[in-house]
Amino acid sequence: MTNTTPAADAKPSEPTRLKRNFFQTLELDTRMLGMVGAFLLISMGFQLLSGLRNSGGANPIDWLLNGTFVTPRNIFNLTIQTVSVAIMATGMVFIIVMRHIDLSVGALLAFASAMMAMVQTLVMPGWLGIPLGSSLIAPIAIVVGIFTGMAVGALQGWLVGYLTIPAFIVTLGGFLVWRNVAWYLTSGQTIGPLDQNFQIFGGINGTLGETWSWVFGAVAVAATIWAMVRARKLKVAHDFPVKPVWGEFLLGGLATVLIFGFVWILNSYDIPTARLARMFAARGETMPDGYSTGYGIPISVLVLVVVAVAMTIVAKRTRLGRYIFATGGNPEAAALAGINIRMLTVKLFMIMGALAAISAVVASSRQTFHSNDIGTLDELRVIAAAVIGGTAFAGGIGTIHGAILGALIMQSLQSGMAMVGVDAPLQNIVVGMVLVLAVLIDTFYRRRTGV
Amino acid sequence: MKDVRTAPLCELRDMQKAFGGIRAVDHVSLQLYPGEVHGVLGHNGAGKSVLMKMLSGAYRRDGGQIFVEGQEAQIDNPRDARKYNIETIYQTLALADNLDAASNLFLGREITTPMGFVNDPMMEAETRKIMARLNPNFRRYHAPVAALSGGQRQSVAIARAVYFNAKILIMDEPTAALGVAETQMVAELIGELKRQGIGIFLIDHDIHQVKMLCDRASVMKNGRLVGTVKVADVTEDDLLGMIILGKMPEQAQ
Repeated sequence: MTNTTPAADAKPSEPTRLKRNFFQTLELDTRMLGMVGAFLLISMGFQLLSGLRNSGGANPIDWLLNGTFVTPRNIFNLTIQTVSVAIMATGMVFIIVMRHIDLSVGALLAFASAMMAMVQTLVMPGWLGIPLGSSLIAPIAIVVGIFTGMAVGALQGWLVGYLTIPAFIVTLGGFLVWRNVAWYLTSGQTIGPLDQNFQIFGGINGTLGETWSWVFGAVAVAATIWAMVRARKLKVAHDFPVKPVWGEFLLGGLATVLIFGFVWILNSYDIPTARLARMFAARGETMPDGYSTGYGIPISVLVLVVVAVAMTIVAKRTRLGRYIFATGGNPEAAALAGINIRMLTVKLFMIMGALAAISAVVASSRQTFHSNDIGTLDELRVIAAAVIGGTAFAGGIGTIHGAILGALIMQSLQSGMAMVGVDAPLQNIVVGMVLVLAVLIDTFYRRRTGV
Repeated sequence: MKDVRTAPLCELRDMQKAFGGIRAVDHVSLQLYPGEVHGVLGHNGAGKSVLMKMLSGAYRRDGGQIFVEGQEAQIDNPRDARKYNIETIYQTLALADNLDAASNLFLGREITTPMGFVNDPMMEAETRKIMARLNPNFRRYHAPVAALSGGQRQSVAIARAVYFNAKILIMDEPTAALGVAETQMVAELIGELKRQGIGIFLIDHDIHQVKMLCDRASVMKNGRLVGTVKVADVTEDDLLGMIILGKMPEQAQ
């Protein structure tokens, strides 16, 4: 992969700078808006199609009302299905930005999952005598899993960075090695059920409930507005140009509506009565008549939010992130600036390993057991999500939120097509074509904007 | 070359570098004085860039010593060179095209907040200050440098070298990609830096420019030093003779 950044001349881009339109005034990324638009289109499309199947009538309004795609239940499912791939996609952004690739993340997920499952069911109860159900089990298992991921990442990063074996080869090897190490360790057995506390990361088995979801929403809104105010103050302090005040209010308002809207939708998905009754029974209480409550935000989504915020901070506000992007943009320049690229490569793959392990927590607890085939093909989904999300294979360009949106778009296509009864082979054909199309559009977009 | 003005700012002594049996730099010694512009000339492959890259830490030398202000300097990588206030403007400019001007200027030396995060507003403010001096027309602080013109990119690369109080500046064909006005700007800047007592190694192919800008010039051929001359004492033809034939002009011997 060579440096293919087009040598854009200043001439054609100067007039576009002067032509400040609405989105530029708001400092919004038009590419990002395009993706949000694509996502909304996909959602609307499946809403209409599923509504057509359900109502059978000829009235598009009926289709919209009877659709099953834009419903609390489906949105809830969509979010928890997206989390595992989205978490890894944030790391894949860094990997691709630095002009590498990681084909081993699915296999690494399986390895971390196997290690955590064995710690929970064999090592701690059997060897260390910590009884099943102890509150120590979940945290220790997770620490072991993340350590496993980071250790494997460090090894692969060392092979790539210090021994200069291409990442494609190292991780292709890893793709074969790690899943089968897991298989060997577990003798190919499915291990479960996993610890009860561990399972709260699985989505439906662990949600915040209505009240805490609102609290989370309020905290998120407060944090967003605080960040906006702070950014503006800093700019004013340095006499930099700022957005008009109405623009700030518009964006702040939009963020507030989006966050609370998301909470409201997830809170509207009610826990089934039978399940609620079991939950009350488990606590030794009886359920009041006519009681109902929503699931609220799944813990796994909370994990994704934390990962996304942390990775965005790393990308934009730390030297580590700055160096990853600089190296991706021009490795030679980064080396001449005194950046230790080999060590940076090791750190890069360690981050990816840790994220694969976090995804392993979510994925294995979602299915409540470890199986050998967990995370199969995830490496391809993760790479696709990052690429659909605008990460450039030439290196140096990519965003965390883009990759998460990419993962969401892929999952929406997949679930939507399953919902409206598209045959399985056709589903994959469509996703494959969308991947290529997304990159094609991106290529044209970059050529036009000269970045 | 006797010079009684001052002690050398930087001395390269018996520098050697080989690439797979080819002696790219073969026992070369040079001295650079404060406020001196020292031309380094030669054909492509003469070894001038390799010699300079050993000083800037981009290459590790096989043999020889580097002295900065009389003290032996241990330079094994670019970070070491920066520690001795040796700054380099590479011919390729060595900019990360995907990052903006401020990020490039401070690459590897970011200003951080007390929390350890990069302080972008502060770096942008500093970049605006130095650019106001070097290239007052520069406006595009938020564009990736890939979107800038050749002259604008060059001014970012120069700003990076100047901002960090270089004592020794290595310029590798700084005007090769520039127009007339921008070349003039670089020439003026070299004059200003010279007055501040900075020593400059200038790699250049343009003999005319060397005559104009440099105080002394060292010519290399096939990895060896042909000789060092006072530019005022020789003609352009003499310099060409040194480069092409490897022959010292009579008046300088």
